[in-house]
Amino acid sequence: MTVAVVVFPGSNCEHDVVYALRSLGCEAELVWHRDVDLTAFDGVVLPGGFAHGDYLRTGAIARFSPVMAEVRRMADEGAPVLGICNGFQILTEAGLLPGVLLANRDLRFICRPVHLRVESTESILTKMATVGDVLEIPLNSYEGNYTADPAESGRVLLTYSDGAGKVSPATNPNGSMDNIAGIANGAGNVAGLMPHPERAIESILGSTDGRVLLRSFAVSVAAFAEGRPARV
Amino acid sequence: MRATVHVKRRSDIADPAGTAVLRGVRDLGYSNVESVRIDKIITLEVGATDPARARADIEAMCEKLLANPVMEDYEIVLEEDGDTA
Amino acid sequence: MTDDEFSSVVGLLGREPKIAELAMYSVMWSEHCSYKSSRPHLGRFPTEAPWVVVGPGENAGVVDLGDGWLAALRIESHNHPSFVEPYQGAATGVGGILRDVFTMGARPIALWDQIRFGHLDDPHNRYLFSGVVAGIAGYGNAVGVPTVGGEVAFEDCYRGNPLVNVMCLGILRADQLVLGTAGEPGTISVLLGSSTGRDGIGGASVLASASFDEDSSAKRPAVQVGDPFQEKKLIEACLELYQKNLVVGIQDLGAAGLSCSTSEPAARAGMGMDVDLDRVHVRESDMTPGELLMSESQERMMAFVHPDQLDEVLAVAEKWEVDASVVGEVKPGGTLRVFKDGNLVAEVPASSLSEDAPTYDRPYSEPSWLADLWASTTDSSQSPDIGTSLLTMLGDPSLGDPSWVYQQYDHMLFLNTVVGPGDNGNLLRIKGTTKGLAVSTDGNGRLCYLDPRRGAARLVYESALNVAMVGARPMAVVDNLNFGNPEKPEVMWQFTETVEGISQACESLEIPVIGGNVSFYNETDGIDIYPTPIVGMLGLADPLPDRPPRLEAGKAGMDVWLLGPRNGTNLAGSAFEKLVSGHLGGRPTDPHPSTAGAVIGLARHLAVQGVAPVLHDVSEGGLAVAIAEICIRSEVGAAISFSDWHHLFCEDPHRFIAVAPPEAAASIRAAAHGSGVAATRIGSLGGSSIEFERNDRIEGSISLDAVAAAWRGAIRDRMDH
Repeated sequence: MTVAVVVFPGSNCEHDVVYALRSLGCEAELVWHRDVDLTAFDGVVLPGGFAHGDYLRTGAIARFSPVMAEVRRMADEGAPVLGICNGFQILTEAGLLPGVLLANRDLRFICRPVHLRVESTESILTKMATVGDVLEIPLNSYEGNYTADPAESGRVLLTYSDGAGKVSPATNPNGSMDNIAGIANGAGNVAGLMPHPERAIESILGSTDGRVLLRSFAVSVAAFAEGRPARV
Repeated sequence: MRATVHVKRRSDIADPAGTAVLRGVRDLGYSNVESVRIDKIITLEVGATDPARARADIEAMCEKLLANPVMEDYEIVLEEDGDTA
Repeated sequence: MTDDEFSSVVGLLGREPKIAELAMYSVMWSEHCSYKSSRPHLGRFPTEAPWVVVGPGENAGVVDLGDGWLAALRIESHNHPSFVEPYQGAATGVGGILRDVFTMGARPIALWDQIRFGHLDDPHNRYLFSGVVAGIAGYGNAVGVPTVGGEVAFEDCYRGNPLVNVMCLGILRADQLVLGTAGEPGTISVLLGSSTGRDGIGGASVLASASFDEDSSAKRPAVQVGDPFQEKKLIEACLELYQKNLVVGIQDLGAAGLSCSTSEPAARAGMGMDVDLDRVHVRESDMTPGELLMSESQERMMAFVHPDQLDEVLAVAEKWEVDASVVGEVKPGGTLRVFKDGNLVAEVPASSLSEDAPTYDRPYSEPSWLADLWASTTDSSQSPDIGTSLLTMLGDPSLGDPSWVYQQYDHMLFLNTVVGPGDNGNLLRIKGTTKGLAVSTDGNGRLCYLDPRRGAARLVYESALNVAMVGARPMAVVDNLNFGNPEKPEVMWQFTETVEGISQACESLEIPVIGGNVSFYNETDGIDIYPTPIVGMLGLADPLPDRPPRLEAGKAGMDVWLLGPRNGTNLAGSAFEKLVSGHLGGRPTDPHPSTAGAVIGLARHLAVQGVAPVLHDVSEGGLAVAIAEICIRSEVGAAISFSDWHHLFCEDPHRFIAVAPPEAAASIRAAAHGSGVAATRIGSLGGSSIEFERNDRIEGSISLDAVAAAWRGAIRDRMDH
């Protein structure tokens, strides 16, 4: 089993994602956004960065990249599809996840660790976690303010909380609706989150709390590769 | 009256976002697009009745705040008289 | 260009220059490009060491890290452009420094910014500050190179002349080193990246080589606009070219654009070159030859490639969606010929543009006001209220919490940042090796104003101590020398003294200077900035410490130690004098080379051995501020004993604090004794206030919450009000 990590022009977290997945024993390879055949892969990550410079709107140009048709096919087939930060923005722009990521409430880029409370384990991103777990993971975005029609906001996986797991307006770094940090589609196989789990996999860098999320993803990819549906 | 301020990057100043969008629309097959510039439109509701006074005020606002004269030009359209600067 | 310089051009060419030729000489011979005022003095720097691979003069300095790894380091200023347009000025500064580093074959892995403004209580300074920070963030974050540290400082002298310096570190394998040479005759030059427009025409000569006055707006050239997306593609394309061994040499286009990127590589190779301006991909169709040659359009590189490999080069460019044009060919003979519309528009000796630039041995003399300044003291017999003084100092933006700035920068990308912003030095790991790179950048305009030689030397010692405190051996220096108008003898004196101070300190520590930058004419309406050299220090930690000291690692019950000289009372140039007494005068303490070496060695030993969870240098604000910073970050109070209040605020060099559990006392004493450094246990951590005791009596006490609030709000409250 191998994960495709998509490189758009302007992506910049692709090497970090490959490094993190490999360090968890999950094979991953970079694929260029003009590649149109992902049949060799059992899961896909859209990494963070600034695809196409984030010009016009984040994800607006990237959603038309040739590779996106394959990402959509894999999502439809139930393969694990994960968007991190800019990848999350691209998934919403492409309609694979509901909602949109607006500019942060304070109109400033935010790079710092945040606390996340696990709200649901029914997804490829959270299946190894426990509801109520509190994870410390770095946030790194300008457009991280999640907004959606409440009827369509999908399955909430992670919310911005304090260190004790309390979710309140005071623990909302960017103005996200209901403190939402990560969501999944109804089937749970397409997930997106603004914080960067790949930045929290080694204690020397400050936190290992991202491992449970990436391990969930890796396990889901393995399950899909063995022909079982990724539905959880 | 309503004033519409069209803030445009000066033509001799690079517009990287426009260039990236140009490549994007060409990738979609619209190969006859020759250039893209991304500008801003700012709409103000002004409680003034004298168009000349309103225009002078908005020009001052453009010079001070709405536009960056170092790299942007601006155009003011007042809706009541429809005239363009 | 002066009349004398024009005559030199006529002498070189044996005729009057054509318009395009004059354009080339005027930018290449500008202060910014030619270093004509500083060059006679820069030879003073010690530049050699066995580990230096490339010294000053190339796009970046390069040192050997062992096991086939090299590091490339470069620092630059973008002061004048940032004053004209703060966002784009700062953004294009980041872009330029990155190109200097990946030009050498290195992947840029980290950025540092050193920025200085007038006080934040003035709205215009807030506008400049927020614009510059947003520009650094906007470009650095999007281009995908983390900004892992730097400096912020505020002084009235920077009000009309903000300083925006930026430093970049890259790493590469030894076999990937590329130089800016044009190679053999027949080599093809390929222009990669953005199209050429009228951006910054005359920028290098106009902006960075003259002072500002009331008429500055009339001098403004077309502002350069940074495109981090284009730069990101350019970085990846160039790195793939290096990896596939497809370039003979490469040169970035910065100041002086095509003029520089054709003439310099040709001159370095001892060759000439033919350049066809009609082949340059342009953004505006009606540009003159002079404009094409002078344009400072960003995100462009000139690659020199073998004709047999041209197709492969163009394929790599196409893959990364980078525009490429074949614009020239290297010729024997040393003449640079430029064609436009089939006409020969310039024909000059390539080397004359860079190597024959004039140099000025400008007069220098000690300022007449210096003796009075040294004699100026303030009455310090009365003991101040220690707690209130601490609140005042920590509530100043220069000493307060800088997280408002660095939380706007991606400082974690690449998963290398072991010690990030807000600590002493930064520590980056090199994945797949046992190595770490430590970096510190330091400046102190007040000290250098009072005594440029002592002040500059102390910056070298301070930055070396900072990298030692994360476990590294200091190995190379780059400097950015920000000064006023060099046509004033006292400014030139400040400059020569600074060069001497840096040189002496580097010699005493056996650290080479591997590169630098000079920014003159930081003067507005006749007022010069303080002489403000910035020292960037690179250190190697091999092996990388498991748990490098951090400011937040203190715990109640731990001892607080002062290592180094303990009885300093000199307050000249200190933050205490500026912020509490409102005074600037006196002469700062001379650094002591052998003490510096011993203290730096001891700090490194303690960091490597993991004896002390917290190490922190005593610098701006003195001992009191250093203790408070540890307490705030570790969320614990302290009780500190002292004998003379001056000791609490004195900023004398070569001192640092160690915080360690009581059982480490013997090892700390032994290590200090072995290094010949004084070790004094001055107190312990605990409680919820910071208390200062003399003769067992509490003479000053302030709650931790109060100092933390003042510190946290120093920048944030002024910017978010």
